Amino acid sequence: MTDLALPARVRRLRRPGSAGTTVAVVVLAGVVAAALLAPVLWPLDQSAVDLSRTRLAPSADNLAGTDDLGRDVALRSLYGLRVSLLVGAVAALVAAVIGGLVGALAGSVGGWVDRALMRVVDTVAALPHLLLGIFIVAMLRPSLGAVIASIALTHWLSTARIVRSELLSLRNRPFVDAAISGGASRARVLTRHLLPHVLPRLALATTLMVPHAVWHETALSFLGLGLPPHLASIGNMINDGQRSLLTGAWWASIVPGLLLVAATLALAVLTGRWRDRLDPRVRAELQL
Amino acid sequence: MTGRRRLAGAGTVVRRRLLVAVPVLAATSMGMFALGAASPIDPAQQYAGAAAFTTSEENLAQIRANWGVDDPLPVQYARWVGNLLRGDLGWSTSRHEPVTSVLASRAGWTLLLVGTALALVLVASVLLGTLAAYRRGGWFDRALRAVAYAVQSMPVFWIGLAAIAVFALSLGWLPAGGLTDITATSTDPADVARHLVLPVTVLAISQAPWFVLFVRDAVAESLRDDHVLAARARGLPGRVVLFGHALRTALLPFLTLVGTHLPELVGGAVLVETVFSLPGLGAVTVEAALGADFPLLAATTLATAVVVLTANLLTDLAYAAADPRVRLDD
Repeated sequence: MTDLALPARVRRLRRPGSAGTTVAVVVLAGVVAAALLAPVLWPLDQSAVDLSRTRLAPSADNLAGTDDLGRDVALRSLYGLRVSLLVGAVAALVAAVIGGLVGALAGSVGGWVDRALMRVVDTVAALPHLLLGIFIVAMLRPSLGAVIASIALTHWLSTARIVRSELLSLRNRPFVDAAISGGASRARVLTRHLLPHVLPRLALATTLMVPHAVWHETALSFLGLGLPPHLASIGNMINDGQRSLLTGAWWASIVPGLLLVAATLALAVLTGRWRDRLDPRVRAELQL
Repeated sequence: MTGRRRLAGAGTVVRRRLLVAVPVLAATSMGMFALGAASPIDPAQQYAGAAAFTTSEENLAQIRANWGVDDPLPVQYARWVGNLLRGDLGWSTSRHEPVTSVLASRAGWTLLLVGTALALVLVASVLLGTLAAYRRGGWFDRALRAVAYAVQSMPVFWIGLAAIAVFALSLGWLPAGGLTDITATSTDPADVARHLVLPVTVLAISQAPWFVLFVRDAVAESLRDDHVLAARARGLPGRVVLFGHALRTALLPFLTLVGTHLPELVGGAVLVETVFSLPGLGAVTVEAALGADFPLLAATTLATAVVVLTANLLTDLAYAAADPRVRLDD
């Protein structure tokens, strides 16, 4: 994205942006690995209360200070991000299954079923999904299952669209025609010929949905409508930290959020770079 | 072409949209009602509050019978929808007042918050995005895009808390929350304005990246258009070409963006109102959710859905009215 004026050959020599990409990879991999491996790397009790050490400022002992119950903020943030990532991944998977089924139905049946389903998808996508998510959690009462349901039921729309459009573009390919004229049944064409092509796209879409799922969970938990306290996530910590923040101990809320921001930003940089490389319009602009 | 000709297909579009929106809203409300019925909360105990511990089981059963909670679900749903359509939104179990009066007293503050933030975002993003597009690849463009990507990665409530920590607690410039000073006996406009500075700015900043990046890309693209080249060739000054020619064509799709971005804005308002303890619809929705207050929660969710869908339709119609190339009847 830098140096738009330079000719393509010079740009290739300098490989602009590769430093940013490296930093993003390191940050993302580091934060995610530290969070997922936290119980192995730091097998300490992250919820150990120590009332003699409450709201301590960041120091060598407690890199990110302590919260109002004397718990180490840095350690708890990593454990919290671990919970957020795992819940987000499971919820994204459930959403992908729902969206995949709807998309497969619309894309393989076609006709009025397709039109009706896609109109519904468009309309539901236009609704405020945080409000719908809040409603779902409120009625099922905040719990792990409710949070996953809340995320899955509001996030399946994009995968439904992707699977449908992928199926539509595959349907006219010669190998599909060959299979049909070879006498393959509709179910066989779908499972043996179409699905293997759709799955990679579906897997990518599911992976890219994880950050959205994590955000949704963080917002719900921040509002007190998310995960129960014993499954503290980043959102729970930011919510808890509000009490400390008002007394000047800003780190209890800001640090957990910062961890999430770092991971999200690194991911955004990577997907942005990746998309730029795939988009022919941007690529043409880069070579101007 | 006259405005009337341009909106020739408007009736059809409105009818077609309603044909989808009404069933979807009906299905959404049915799903919401089913969820509400499946909820483990007993409305009678909820109504009785702490008294539920001392109230006899017969009394609770009497309350349930009075409310028709034990009727079959379809009967309850039909009654609920009938009441909704007649304007009776029910009784809020968390606020202990009619839902309509909760909506009436809270909606104004949310509209003020969202409206001011949206106005701020639109003005700022058009200015910043156009400047960035004019010197594409320059330091301003690069810095603006980097900041936009960074802000996009920050949850709005986290930005809000950081703003409170810096501007309210460390510097002491602005109040940390609420609509008026604790000692205030009335809502003085100057006092309210001072309390709204941080919430409005935080909401605007969190929503700005999409708009800024959109304007920047759209203007950058239209700067390469033929009519812009023609304007340049005629020797018009750069400022006129940029704002009068390039920006004007780039702004049209902006209308659609505002429409599609409303749900995000609503979600942001819910979170910002909670962070800054503002007495708006968003904060009351969260309270209702914490108290499993079905009537209030269902009303705010459905009302927001209707507003958002209507706004989407209006922006599409406005787009067709403003751009002669867009035909509604295709």
